[in-house]
Amino acid sequence: MNNAAVFTGELRSFLKFFLQELKPRGKWLTPFNVISIPTIILGLIILYFRFTEGLGSVTNLSQQFPFGFWIGFDVMTGVALAGGAYVICFVVYVMRLEKYHCIVKVTVLNGLLAYVFYSGALVLDLGRPWHIINPIIGNSFGYNSVLFLVSWHFLLYMIVLFVEFSPTIAEWAHWEKLRKFLTGLTLGAVIIGITLSILHQSGVGAMFLMAKPKIHPLWYSEYIPLLYFVSSIFAGLSMIIFEGSISHKVFSNLIGEKTHHSHDEIVLGLAKAAAITMFVYYFFLAFIFMHGDKWKFINTPWGYWYLVEVIGFVLIPCFMFAYAVRNRRLGVIRVAAAMAIFGVVLNRQNICLIAFNWYAENRYYPSWQEIVVTLMVVFVEIWVFRWIVTRMSVFSKE
Amino acid sequence: MDRRQFFLTTATVCAGGVPANTTRAEEVKEPKEFSAVLVDTTRCIGCRSCEVACSVTHGNYVPDIKNDGALEKVRDTSEKQWTVVNRFETEKGEVFVKKQCLHCWQPACAAACLVNAMLKTKEGPVTWDGDKCMGCRFCMVSCPFDMPKFEYSGWNPKIQKCNMCYDRLLEGKKPACVESCPTDALMFGQKRELMEVARHRVYSHPDKYVHHIYGEQEAGGTGWLYLSAVPFEKIGFRTDLGTTPYPEYTREFLISVPLIEFGVPAFLLALNMLTDRKDEVQENHGWKDE
Ligand code: SF4
Ligand code: SF4
Repeated sequence: MNNAAVFTGELRSFLKFFLQELKPRGKWLTPFNVISIPTIILGLIILYFRFTEGLGSVTNLSQQFPFGFWIGFDVMTGVALAGGAYVICFVVYVMRLEKYHCIVKVTVLNGLLAYVFYSGALVLDLGRPWHIINPIIGNSFGYNSVLFLVSWHFLLYMIVLFVEFSPTIAEWAHWEKLRKFLTGLTLGAVIIGITLSILHQSGVGAMFLMAKPKIHPLWYSEYIPLLYFVSSIFAGLSMIIFEGSISHKVFSNLIGEKTHHSHDEIVLGLAKAAAITMFVYYFFLAFIFMHGDKWKFINTPWGYWYLVEVIGFVLIPCFMFAYAVRNRRLGVIRVAAAMAIFGVVLNRQNICLIAFNWYAENRYYPSWQEIVVTLMVVFVEIWVFRWIVTRMSVFSKE
Repeated sequence: MDRRQFFLTTATVCAGGVPANTTRAEEVKEPKEFSAVLVDTTRCIGCRSCEVACSVTHGNYVPDIKNDGALEKVRDTSEKQWTVVNRFETEKGEVFVKKQCLHCWQPACAAACLVNAMLKTKEGPVTWDGDKCMGCRFCMVSCPFDMPKFEYSGWNPKIQKCNMCYDRLLEGKKPACVESCPTDALMFGQKRELMEVARHRVYSHPDKYVHHIYGEQEAGGTGWLYLSAVPFEKIGFRTDLGTTPYPEYTREFLISVPLIEFGVPAFLLALNMLTDRKDEVQENHGWKDE
């Protein structure tokens, strides 16, 4: 009786607190809001048509191009760019490099939101989304399917990221006991999270293994899973650098003095790691190229396009990272990070859309509706991110 | 050091103990033989009766075969029509080719499907189950013949492809297209029988046929077999698909999954303990004390 009363009392006060927190803070008419609010509204209208009239009414998908921009960009690329969370967790909790501790929370939050929103975008793309529970509740397990594996790992990894982030939520809600308990789960969650990440990052690549006759031989190899995994490491690192430099401008009032100063050192460390992994990645690409005897494709338009990706957006940013680390040029690092991110985006688009069915006469281009919905997903994510960081202690205050 | 060794050993043992799932079809003896259809393109007159029979049986779009002039261009099957007949001009004259799902021995579509909506039935046909399918279209990406088609219009889309008249087969009947064919260009039976028939035709008329039976080996072998008078790439077939069953391409990855699932956590835990600085300090302490 008494316990229940206390509990309802607590619940009521929490709800009150929560409602108060829901209210916006600060000015309404910022440039970001002016752009994002109309986009989100337009996106919702498009989604209404998508769910009533079918995918064909708003997308350019066709029988030859069953995967479009929503899969190729939101899911494939979003997941790769969210790779930073598992990399940083590995560095901080497994290798115990304390230097990077102050960016763990924000990186995990970014990862969590990226997974929720970008693999959530998968639901928009499913023709019969109400059957999405089928592979989960077990009335129908396609054990031999790579996608079965990937979908399970997405789900489990989202839970793991939530557990990793939950102490911050508990702190915000003033649940001290719960926070202690949840903090105790972190190492376990991190270890499971890294394992799940290795598997689903490569699994997303393995989804294309059976599309062998459809993907241009320059992009297809049986090592796609390995390449996807390695590229997710530097994609994640570059994303942390990129987001970090934005956050340090936009949310500078939330970030403590000390962290501000150590940020340069952190960026240099991340850039060093990115340079090394990118070089490994480039080496793998070169090895696969030689091994598969792919010289004969180079002197074709596809070959040039391949070189743009591999030289322009892998090798060059790799060298830029290395040069910038030696000479402590932070500006160069930011440019290299942006280029590396673009390179990963390009790679995923190539495999999923551009060099897919490369012999097809009717090419696929995303429709404007597909792009608007993608922007909507990104904007909503930023909204939620902003809401959380302005309320919970995500950035280090020191 | 001891602890590290312990963990590494555990990891190795765990990894070694994971049973590898045996899903290779050639290792499993099928008690019943798969049904199949032999298409002899030299006998096909392009009347398109099969198109009509198929659509009528399955409630799909019925083409107006007299007036629609559809043979003028090469068509693909669609979400409205599970089978189409195409005309090709070749050095041996006009050749007509019926096109539909080939009901692969080890179908890529079924291996791709995460909910078993695409299923290789034990009778042979590859069927689709709308109560399971979530419309992810991964089967379309995977099928080497591009056969599954998706309804992009409508809120409740289906995957559409030939199901070899599975319901009719269960009733002991032949597929509707086979029954409708006036020239015996289509022949229904079990694959082994049909292979014998096909070989017999090739051997007894070596000038009439190319010496290749499409579907014997392609993509690991298919349930529909084709005979032709001209090389198959001239009449719209892909001849670069290889003989490996498509699910094989993901097999290594799927097998490595349990290995990683067991090995990596143990390895990470070991690393975590190795890097524990607190232990280090205490050990140094112990040294001094001695
Ligand atoms: S042809 Fe395609 S759809 Fe038909 S069984 Fe083979 S893989 Fe599946
Ligand atoms: S679209 Fe349906 S049948 Fe095809 S793989 Fe996805 S769930 Fe399976």
